[in-house]
Amino acid sequence: MVPTSYFLILSALLFTIGTLGVLVRRNVLIIFMSVEMMLNAVNLSFAALARHFLDLNGQIFMLMVMVVAAAEVAVGLAIVMAVIRNKDTTNIEDVNLLKG
Amino acid sequence: MTLPTLNFLAILPLLILVAATLLVLLADLVVRNKRVLTFLGLLAVAASLAAVLLVRPAAPTFQGMTLADELGLFASVAILVATGLALLLALERTSDFTRRPGAYVALLLLATAGMIVMAKASDFITIFLGLEILSLSLYILVGFAQRDARSNEAALKYFLLGAFASGFFLYGMALIYAATGSTNLAEISKGIASHSASLPFAPLLPIGVGLLLVGYGFKLALVPFHMWTPDVYQGAPTSVTAFMSVATKTAAFASLIRVLAAVWSGDRPWLLALAGLAVVTMTLGNLAALRQTSLKRMLAYSSIAHAGYVLTGLAAGNDRGFEGALYYLIAYTFMNLGAFATIQAVQRRDQNDVTTEQITGLSTQRPGLALLMTVFMFALTGMPPLVGFFGKLYVFSGAVQGGMTWLAIVGVINSAIAAYYYLRVTVLMYMGGATAAAGDIPRTGWAVWTTLVITAVATLALGLWQQPWMESIREAVTLLALR
Repeated sequence: MVPTSYFLILSALLFTIGTLGVLVRRNVLIIFMSVEMMLNAVNLSFAALARHFLDLNGQIFMLMVMVVAAAEVAVGLAIVMAVIRNKDTTNIEDVNLLKG
Repeated sequence: MTLPTLNFLAILPLLILVAATLLVLLADLVVRNKRVLTFLGLLAVAASLAAVLLVRPAAPTFQGMTLADELGLFASVAILVATGLALLLALERTSDFTRRPGAYVALLLLATAGMIVMAKASDFITIFLGLEILSLSLYILVGFAQRDARSNEAALKYFLLGAFASGFFLYGMALIYAATGSTNLAEISKGIASHSASLPFAPLLPIGVGLLLVGYGFKLALVPFHMWTPDVYQGAPTSVTAFMSVATKTAAFASLIRVLAAVWSGDRPWLLALAGLAVVTMTLGNLAALRQTSLKRMLAYSSIAHAGYVLTGLAAGNDRGFEGALYYLIAYTFMNLGAFATIQAVQRRDQNDVTTEQITGLSTQRPGLALLMTVFMFALTGMPPLVGFFGKLYVFSGAVQGGMTWLAIVGVINSAIAAYYYLRVTVLMYMGGATAAAGDIPRTGWAVWTTLVITAVATLALGLWQQPWMESIREAVTLLALR
């Protein structure tokens, strides 16, 4: 059996890649995908830990996160669409009316 | 297999809110006079408030998923009052930014339900769920002025940073789960006290708590996680800003207090970290507010500073500080909501903001609004006998009691800095010559007046009359049983 710590290390790596993606990329949709990657990295942790502790809570948490992520996609894409309608861009640096 | 018996009475306030959300959406299809929907929303808020106050089930409920304790009750009342006032505030002005007032009311109620879930949750699963229900509703509400590019931008920024923060929030929860083997706050607390050091992943606990703090930091707009706040508060419709600036803080702080109480070990380093966060949050918030010309932006930075004051109470690490923090949240709910309500009353129908130039000489055109704005500005400054003064007094005295006199001193210096920009608003209103044409300010309807009067009276009265509800706060803090 693969030790739980391997899963946790993989999950930490995925989470870091996601975080870097959010910080480095400038395209709204790719930032969004990076956020989803962070959430899925956490899901991996939860699934591995649920097996480790033989505890259902971790698995239920994972399912909740998936539901929430799906809802987040619906809301997020709607907001991106609204931005594109007013200003034809998906580059975060072009969305800069508010500052000071 | 037997299903557990569920005590639905325990979540009656939530059931009312969610049922009303659906009802409003349905009624939106048939009702022609959209104002009815707002009244339906107000009715739901009143019913929910009554349920919160009258139905008191024994804690814990739903297999330990939510708690029906004093802290939850206290936060629920504050949140529901804020929702009611925000609904009143929007009644006459939703047409300025949208043609769908029904969806607006529904989302406001849904966000409220999420906040109450978060404030009452005693399990990571429910905390996360509440946080997301409130966040997702607020993302849409912030971008509700669909045709306004600024509102879109605010929604996009809020969404991206909010979702990013949720990632940290969740990862923190996962690591705490790894360290303690449970997602339930009560069991986490027990686990840390007794056996957790023997678990293989116990060293992950501080990292988990740290990441969780980052997540809360984003939601509460603590420096250095505050970048989104001014943009979002400025771009969102003013009634939404008024609502989210106060109610989200109450929900998130209530939840943070619970989590801190569970993972609490009274360690000095953690308290010092919180104190450090409080210092940078207060100072940067106030310094940035000094040079703003947009009132909404100024209040956004001031709200960052106020989060710093509340955090001072938590950093004190004693009952006195926690009581102060809870008192401050109530005080902040009324004074800040009132300030944003005045901004909405003054702003032009085709605008979503008020500049310092526009309020210059306001007292000659609208003496009533100028007077109320003065009350809110004085309260935010912390002038006795208004609520803001006692809030500051309690959190700072908590800090002194906790052996952090330096923190209280930094707080007092910050209040002095903040006085400059709050009082500048008053000076401009009364001393400046009128610049804006009187016709620019739309007539203030009765609903906005009601909101203004309620918040102003509460700002004054809750400072003078504190005995009964301070006892409720004390009980809430005692029940948390800080180790």
